[in-house]
Amino acid sequence: MEKIVEINHLVKNYGKFKAVKDVNFHVNRGDVYGFLGPNGAGKSTTIRCMLSLIKPSSGSIQIFGKELSQNRNEILSKIGCIVEKPDFYKYLSAEKNLEIFGRISGADVSKKNCHKILDFVGLAGREKDKVSGFSHGMKQRLGIAQALIHNPELIVLDEPTTGLDPQGIIDIRHLILRLKNEQNKTVLLSSHILSEIELIANRMVIINKGMTVVEGDVKELLNQDELIVVFETPQVQQALSLLSNIKGIEKLSDNQFQLVLAKNEIAQINAQLVNNGIEISGIETKRKLEDYFLKLIQS
Amino acid sequence: MLLKNTYNELIKIAAKPRTYISFIAITVLVGIILFAMKVDGPSYISFITASFEQTLAFEGTIMNGHLMAFIILQMLIVQIPLLVALVTGDLISGEAAMGSIRMLLTKPISRTQILLSKYFAGLIYTFFILLWLGFMSVVVGKWMFGLGDLIVLNSDGLVIVGGNDINWRFLGGFAVAFFALTTVATLSLLLSCFSENSIGPIVSTMSIIILFTIIGTLDVPVFDNIRPFLFTTHMAAWRSFFDDPLPVADIKQSLLVLFTHIVVFLSIALYKFNKKDILS
Repeated sequence: MEKIVEINHLVKNYGKFKAVKDVNFHVNRGDVYGFLGPNGAGKSTTIRCMLSLIKPSSGSIQIFGKELSQNRNEILSKIGCIVEKPDFYKYLSAEKNLEIFGRISGADVSKKNCHKILDFVGLAGREKDKVSGFSHGMKQRLGIAQALIHNPELIVLDEPTTGLDPQGIIDIRHLILRLKNEQNKTVLLSSHILSEIELIANRMVIINKGMTVVEGDVKELLNQDELIVVFETPQVQQALSLLSNIKGIEKLSDNQFQLVLAKNEIAQINAQLVNNGIEISGIETKRKLEDYFLKLIQS
Repeated sequence: MLLKNTYNELIKIAAKPRTYISFIAITVLVGIILFAMKVDGPSYISFITASFEQTLAFEGTIMNGHLMAFIILQMLIVQIPLLVALVTGDLISGEAAMGSIRMLLTKPISRTQILLSKYFAGLIYTFFILLWLGFMSVVVGKWMFGLGDLIVLNSDGLVIVGGNDINWRFLGGFAVAFFALTTVATLSLLLSCFSENSIGPIVSTMSIIILFTIIGTLDVPVFDNIRPFLFTTHMAAWRSFFDDPLPVADIKQSLLVLFTHIVVFLSIALYKFNKKDILS
């Protein structure tokens, strides 16, 4: 697999504040790569460093096998991106905005090409409309259009579904999948929503407090054999005594305890509890990573 | 890429409603001055020439198009920096306030080229402002009031410039005025690099001009050493083109001071813009 993005020991300080402490990850060609972390984890700062909007304090950013700091323009010519929300020149039309950003990206800014891209993102018929009248979802689509106009190899989307309604989120998700499936683009997608990444990404990294927590294949990371199982019972103390030999058993409240089990062990433990006269009123399973991520977000 | 982005910047400037405020303002102001002069000009002129009438006899039309153009320039050249800063002070900070700077700076064009293309577009706008002022004052002035010799009252006394000796002086005057306004445009662009809202650089530019003008006009010895180096001192250098003989050394000196300011302001702007972390 060809690595097209490689971030090593990235650090960004603002005075004494360390926004990014040690971020490491790599993106392979053809990936839809999830860049996950709670708000304030350092995702946007990392992305801004990758796009040369801010200068890292230390660490290396290699994209397409070249150091970003020394090959900025060459690298950026192969990247299309949206950083946070796409902001356009409100007093210009969608077509004119696309033409302006396309021209400095070295793209074909003929009407035909602009209309083709706008059609691809679902803005056909709105070419001449001023952006000031666009909804957030439409601006997001126009943002993707400007990211695509110069036919980049890598597309970086920073929280592209933030602020969208459910239908808008689905539309953007489909658009990203079309980019991967129809145009074989590599997409780096940041989000603070695990389920969103799970639906479209094949690989992902989780960062927290400016540091990489875990990186790998989405299926491997999320579909682990071991699950966190929460049992609900009025007899928590009896259950804890009965299962005291099981590693990681933990009392959550007066009527809840949890333990880590393999999928096929859940029924067996449930039967053991019931057979010993312990009444089970509910069982909830959570994947370990999901649980970990939820805790990160809640904290 | 520099040319492509300069073209982009011109499209943006041309599409912004605020761009046209300047042209409308000049049209209205010059219109009012010309109208007032047409209605009440002779009494205004006789008030100025009253002290000379006992020793000099004026023949022909003093109140002609050339004098109107000169009066208009003298009155308006002070307000034009505001109209210039209105657009050039917004070139970087306006993009930061809108958020479009994020998109702009992720494109394969260097920050130096982005800043320079904005600067060139700003200068083209400044040129057109001055061109419009020139058209309104000189062309419309001549059309309304006709031709004739230009009588200018300087600190040394009266200067009479022959009717056929005037056009090149206006051209020279406008060229120097453009240089002065370029200094203002560069200053507001520099301030724009430090700000994330449009108003700040515009107000700051005007504040600096007002402050320097006050320092320049205050007849206090403590400022004597600073005064020759303030760009505001040389902003009225266009007037030298209506002196006789032409003070070439003074004009050169003014251009040198203005040019030095332009180079310093632009260098700081480039340094700041290249180092700037885009956090907006």
